[in-house]
Amino acid sequence: MLPMSVSLILALGLGVLGYVIAPRRAVAAAGGDARTLAALPRQYGLNTLLAVLVPSFAILIAGSLAGAGLYLGWAISIVAFIGFAGSLFKITPDYRARTHAESWIKLILIAASVIAILTTVGIVFSMVFEARNFFSQYDWKDFFLSAEWSPNFRGNSSLGILPLLWGTLYISFIALIFAVPIGLFAAIYLSEYASRRMRSIAKPAIEILAGIPTIVYGLFALVTVGPFLRDYFAAPMGFGDSASSVMTAGLVMGVMLIPFVSSLSDDIINAVPQTMRDGSLGLGATKSETIRQVVIPAALPGIVGAILLAASRAIGETMIVVLGAGAAARLSLNPFEAMTTVTVKIVSQLTGDTDFASPETLVAFALGMTLFVITLCLNVLALMIVRKYREQYE
Amino acid sequence: MTHKSLLTADARTKKRNAAEARFKSYGLGAIVVAMLALALLLTSVVSTGSSAFKQTSATISIPLTEAKLDKSGTRDLAVMKKVTTIGYTSLLRDGIITAVEELGLETTLSAKDIGKMLSKEAAATVRNRVLANPEIVGTSVEFKLLTNGRIDGYFKGRVTMESAALDGNTSPEELQLAQQLADAGVFATTFNWAFLTAPDASDQRPEAAGLGVAILGSLYMMIVVLVLALPIGVAASIYLEEFAPKNRWTDVIEVNISNLAAVPSIVYGILGLAIFINFMEFNQSSPMVGGLVLTLMTLPTIIISTRAALKSVPPSIRDAALGVGASKMQSVFHHVLPLAAPGILTGTIIGLAQALGETAPLLLIGMVAFVREYPAAYSAGAGLFGEASTALPVQVFNWTQRADPGFVERASGAIITLLIFLLIMNAIAIFLRRKFERRW
Repeated sequence: MLPMSVSLILALGLGVLGYVIAPRRAVAAAGGDARTLAALPRQYGLNTLLAVLVPSFAILIAGSLAGAGLYLGWAISIVAFIGFAGSLFKITPDYRARTHAESWIKLILIAASVIAILTTVGIVFSMVFEARNFFSQYDWKDFFLSAEWSPNFRGNSSLGILPLLWGTLYISFIALIFAVPIGLFAAIYLSEYASRRMRSIAKPAIEILAGIPTIVYGLFALVTVGPFLRDYFAAPMGFGDSASSVMTAGLVMGVMLIPFVSSLSDDIINAVPQTMRDGSLGLGATKSETIRQVVIPAALPGIVGAILLAASRAIGETMIVVLGAGAAARLSLNPFEAMTTVTVKIVSQLTGDTDFASPETLVAFALGMTLFVITLCLNVLALMIVRKYREQYE
Repeated sequence: MTHKSLLTADARTKKRNAAEARFKSYGLGAIVVAMLALALLLTSVVSTGSSAFKQTSATISIPLTEAKLDKSGTRDLAVMKKVTTIGYTSLLRDGIITAVEELGLETTLSAKDIGKMLSKEAAATVRNRVLANPEIVGTSVEFKLLTNGRIDGYFKGRVTMESAALDGNTSPEELQLAQQLADAGVFATTFNWAFLTAPDASDQRPEAAGLGVAILGSLYMMIVVLVLALPIGVAASIYLEEFAPKNRWTDVIEVNISNLAAVPSIVYGILGLAIFINFMEFNQSSPMVGGLVLTLMTLPTIIISTRAALKSVPPSIRDAALGVGASKMQSVFHHVLPLAAPGILTGTIIGLAQALGETAPLLLIGMVAFVREYPAAYSAGAGLFGEASTALPVQVFNWTQRADPGFVERASGAIITLLIFLLIMNAIAIFLRRKFERRW
């Protein structure tokens, strides 16, 4: 039983010691003439330092993930010592210290890029694991096919995903109806019509919208847009008197998506070769005819990809719907009624008092997995389309 | 068929030109709509939130009668602590009534209603001061105390005589008296530093709620994100951009990273809850867990921008380094990386700004908790960044869930603060890009 802090300090100390000793050993091995060494003396030091630290940190991380706390301290110290002694013994004038040091560095670089993979694995595992718990307590058919959502923490709740999916899709649909034409026309105007000056002002201004955190949009929906829609549209027209509604969340989300759609479409429209425009203009078409009949059809696959990405964004958006859409799960066509989404329910089931044995909490993981799968499919599809389209004009 | 002059447009040309003009106006319209939305969003937030930076307080002298605060007369703290804030409330009432009488103001309000004009927080303020310095008991001391949320709202225009008449918590008479007290200089509305430094306050006292804990929590999380995401992100990008062979394995990593960038943020919250809290047993609501989740979330952003920055360094630089005998690793670390640094920094700052505004994943890892203690960066019991905390955007969400309308103003004020932080970060990013960007 070696305390962790002692073994870490030991490893660090050995590393630093090696960094100091190794160059001297190397110079001594070369008979005092550093020029005959295969590498600069400090490369020997670096090699020893890394040979000590890289394996000990690897053991530290692997061990704490596996929960092997008992012998971890010893393991780290032993590995550090082996690295220290091994790399010092290997020093000869012909030892290519730089190459060896660099292979340690490369290992670090590879480890860093594997973290991205591990994140995905972690996401999938965390959801599959808990979702399996959920489905062992709750029939999957009732989850995917039931139209009733009424969780009850005393048990016996109905947890059907359909009303949540309906709310999610309805809100996303309204957001896209609003954002796609505006974003697309803005992109067309900026890339085809706008003067350089106008572009230099309007483009950053639209991008500001992309930099605003979603909680700000959420508050905007709650404080301004919701009451406005209720007082001037819903109530006078007899559609209901709820400030949080599908329309509120949809419109505000639409505003959030404008810069997303416009900057993606802007890239795609700019990728259409100038020669195609010139050909069309040369035949006497007006600028708008060129755009409608040449540029847009050529860019269509890319634009579809952009719209899919925007849709995936809308489906996964949380704060706007938490603050703007309401919490009532219902299947209704009235856009001025409060409805709820998958993300809202994930938040409400996982905040506050949670009990990880009850299906009412675990359902959030099944919801999360559904959300992840839907957005993943949309993303992959969109990325594939955009990639293919890029290759077409490269 | 008669031939017309080319200079006069025929019907078809006119139609086509009209279509052209129409099309162009649609484009302009779209931009105008986007701008209007931006303007509306900002004015809505600023108009409801700017008043959070002002606060009405009363400067009155409070008689700290010994009979009430320290019956034993020993100034023994243990005994004095037994007098709760309720015991202080009557002293505050005496203080403000004396002030009203000294000014000779006429009012029909009962003593109780006059006492209510001060915030519930005011008694705690006085109590803390007395306990910190027991010697002042028995004297009259001048205090600057918060007024209640409705009075404060009246001076900021949020509460009017009409709304007060309908409100059970205040009355027009109270507001009239408050106006008279303000004219006499007892009540004053000044800049509200406490909003930026004080901790959160309970449901009934929006006037005392501040962002201190939230700002500190956000700061801790940003430190975690910066320390972890920057080195890992840069290392991963260097490998993928400079060393990785083109094969199926690196293809998987690439697709994976672009997918991670598009995964909904709430999914990262589920990851944090399941892995960091339930499995690895980090403390709930701690900036450490928040920072780890945000790190995983910002990594793809940092990797994508770092790779772009590395890619923009021309190959001739690498070739020159290799030509004079540098190894591949040396050419990257000594030459390519320093040249790509401004781009990497810009990308990192933008990633940090994104992380600072992110709310949804933090809700799931318990940062919605009501926290009044300033979290310590390190404590023996909770470890590094392990104490419960909140974050700026979560504090906004928290305040929107409360009933008192005073909290809407606080939430918008918090958003203004958040936006100012984001503005500063983005300005730094733009400055760095302008100053150090090189065109090859």
